[in-house]
Amino acid sequence: MATANPTVQRAGPLAGSRSFLSKLRDGDEIARLITLVFAASVVLITLLLVYELWVNSALPRHKFGFHFFVTQVWDPVMDEYGALPFIYGTLVTSGVALLLAVPLGIGASIFLAELAPARISDTLQFFIDLLAAVPSVIYGVLGVFIVVPLMRSVIYPALNKPFGYLPIFKGPSYGVGFLTAGIVLAIMVIPYIISVSREVLLSVPRDQREAALALGSTRWESTWKVVVPFAKTGIMGSIFLALARALGETMAVTMVIGNTPKISASLFATGYSIAAVIANEFTEATGELYTQSLVELGLVLFLLTFILNGMARILIVVTTQKGSGKGNQ
Amino acid sequence: MKPTAMVLAAVLATGAVLLAQNALLINGAGATFPAPIYSKWFDVYHQKIANIQFNYQSVGSGAGIKQMTDGTVDFGATDGPMNDEQLKAYQSKRGSDILHFPTVLGAVVPTYNVAGVKGALEFTPEALAGIYLGKITKWNDPAIAGANKEVSLPAEDIVVVHRSDGSGTTYVWTDYLSKVSEEWKNKVGKSTSVNWPVGLGGKGSEGVTGLIKQTPNSIGYVELIYALQNNVPYGSVKNSSGSFIKADLASVSAAAAGTAKEMPEDFRVSITNAPGKTAYPISSFTWLLIPAKIQDPGKRDAIKGFLKWMLTDGQGYAEQLSYAKLPKEVVEREVKAISKVQ
Repeated sequence: MATANPTVQRAGPLAGSRSFLSKLRDGDEIARLITLVFAASVVLITLLLVYELWVNSALPRHKFGFHFFVTQVWDPVMDEYGALPFIYGTLVTSGVALLLAVPLGIGASIFLAELAPARISDTLQFFIDLLAAVPSVIYGVLGVFIVVPLMRSVIYPALNKPFGYLPIFKGPSYGVGFLTAGIVLAIMVIPYIISVSREVLLSVPRDQREAALALGSTRWESTWKVVVPFAKTGIMGSIFLALARALGETMAVTMVIGNTPKISASLFATGYSIAAVIANEFTEATGELYTQSLVELGLVLFLLTFILNGMARILIVVTTQKGSGKGNQ
Repeated sequence: MKPTAMVLAAVLATGAVLLAQNALLINGAGATFPAPIYSKWFDVYHQKIANIQFNYQSVGSGAGIKQMTDGTVDFGATDGPMNDEQLKAYQSKRGSDILHFPTVLGAVVPTYNVAGVKGALEFTPEALAGIYLGKITKWNDPAIAGANKEVSLPAEDIVVVHRSDGSGTTYVWTDYLSKVSEEWKNKVGKSTSVNWPVGLGGKGSEGVTGLIKQTPNSIGYVELIYALQNNVPYGSVKNSSGSFIKADLASVSAAAAGTAKEMPEDFRVSITNAPGKTAYPISSFTWLLIPAKIQDPGKRDAIKGFLKWMLTDGQGYAEQLSYAKLPKEVVEREVKAISKVQ
C-alpha cells in the first residue's frame, strides 16, 4: 500500500482535469465533499426515521385510523390502543416545565450575562454546564427522593388548601403526578435555557449597550429594553431546545409521573407520557398490533415535536418582524 | 509483498485459533427474571465443557419470543408460556414446533406499607382481587380486616401500585387474579401489561418498592427473590386449600409438585392457585424455549446436553440464588422430553 499513493498523485496531472485535482490536493474539495456528506446524512437519518416509523405502524394506522388520536383506552389484553392520554401527559408535563423554567432560566441568564462579575458568571456557568450533562436517571432519582416527598408534605397542602376549588389543584395527591414530573423536567431544562441564553446575551454587540447608556438609560433599562430584545431570537431558540428535551424525556418522567394512562384536569393526578410508555412496554410487548401501536406512538411524538418546532419558527419570524431585534437575523 | 503475506498469515492463524476456541456459540434471549441463574448455569457449564459457550441476553420475555420467531437466536426464555397464536406464528415462519422446558420457579408476593402495621398481613384472594379492581378502597374493609383480626387496620384509602413496564411478574400476578376472580378475568385479563382499573405504575421492582416505601397505606407486588434480597416485607396469601402461606422456596416448589400430575405434555401450565396444603398460590415456572428441530447437529447435541445437566446438577445452584428448585416429578418428565429435540 505504501507504494500506491504516489502513483495516484502522479497520475493526476497526466489525466488532465487540473482544476478539480488541484482543488483536491489543496484539500478544499475534499473538505467540501466530506462536510456535504455529513450534512446530507442528517437529512437522510431524519427521513429514514420517519419512513421506519411509518412502515412499522401500518397495522394500527389501518385499524384505528384517526381514532388512535382520540381514544383514551390503552388495553394490551383486548388489543385496543389510543394515544390521547399519552399526548395529554406529554403536553401537560412539558407545559408545566416550561412555565416554571422559562422565567427562572431567563432571569438567571440575564444576571450571569449582564449583571454578575465575570468571575462569578464563569464559575456559575461551569456548574450549569455540569448540570446540563447529568444523566436524566439521576434527575429521576432526585425526583423520587426529594420532589415526591416535598410534593406530598409541602407543595400539595400549600396549593390544595387555598386553591382546591380550582380544577387544576383538586383531588388527592400521591406525590407522583403531572406537577411532580413538570417540576423535575423544569429542573432538567433550566441549564439549557441559561446556558444558551447567556451565550446569546453575551454576543450582543457592545455598542448596543453603550448607545442605550449614552441615551441616559439605567443599567437595567439598557439590559431589559435593548439587550434582551436584541437577543430575543436566540433566547427563543433556547426555550425550544428546552421544550424538545422536555417532550422526549423518558427516564425521569416515568419515575415520577405515576404511569397511569388517564386524563385528569388536576395537576396532582397521575398520568403518562409518550416516551415513558414506549420505554416501559416495548420490550415485553407481544403481538404485532401491540408493538406497532407503540411504534405509532413514536410517530405521534415525532409529529408533535415537528408541529411545535414549526410553530416556534413561525413565532420567531413573526416576532422578529414586529419587534426591534431585526439586527440579529 | 512479503510482510503483507506474513501479516495475512498471522491474522488467519489468530482467527483460526479464535474460531477453534469459540467452536460453538449458542445464542439465546428472553426473560429477565431468571437471568441471574441462567448466567450462573451458562458460566459453570462453559467451565465444564470449554468449547460450548452460551450467550444470553435478558431482553424480556416478549422480546425473547419475538427473536425466536424471527430466527435470530438459538433458544428463548419466557416467564409466561407462549400462547397458541404465538406457537402458530412460529410454526408458519420456522417450520417446526417450540418446546417449553421449565427451569426454575418464581413467585410474586404482595408487599405493603400501612401506617401502624408491623407484622405480616394475611390476604385472601377476594381481598387482593377487590383491591386491584378498585372495589375495596379502605384498609379496614371487612375483606381485609376479617383475615387480620389481631391487627388494627386504619380507615385510610388504599393506594394501589403496579408495574408500569411490561413484565413477567405482572403476568403471574394477573394470571392469579384471573383465576380467583371471574370479574378480573372478564374485565382485565392476564398479560405482561394490562389496562389497570386503579393504581399507580412503578417502573421495575425497584420502582414499585420505591413507591410503596414512600406512599403511606399503599400495596403492590414484587418477585419473591426481589423481596428476599432487599428485605422487603411481604404478606401471606390464602391458597386453594384454605391455609395462609407465606412464600418461601419450599412453598413455591410445593405449588409445582401439586400440579405435576396434571401437567400437560408440553409443560405449558400455569401453577397459580395450585392445589396442595403447603403450596404458595402465586407461583410460576419460568421456561426455556427450545426449537423441536435444530438443523446444526453440534448445536443440537450441545443444547440437549445442557438441558440434561440443568435438570440434574444445575438445579443445585438454584437455591443459593433464591430460586425454587423444580420438584422431582417435573424433572423426571422433562428429562424424558429432551428426546423430542431433534
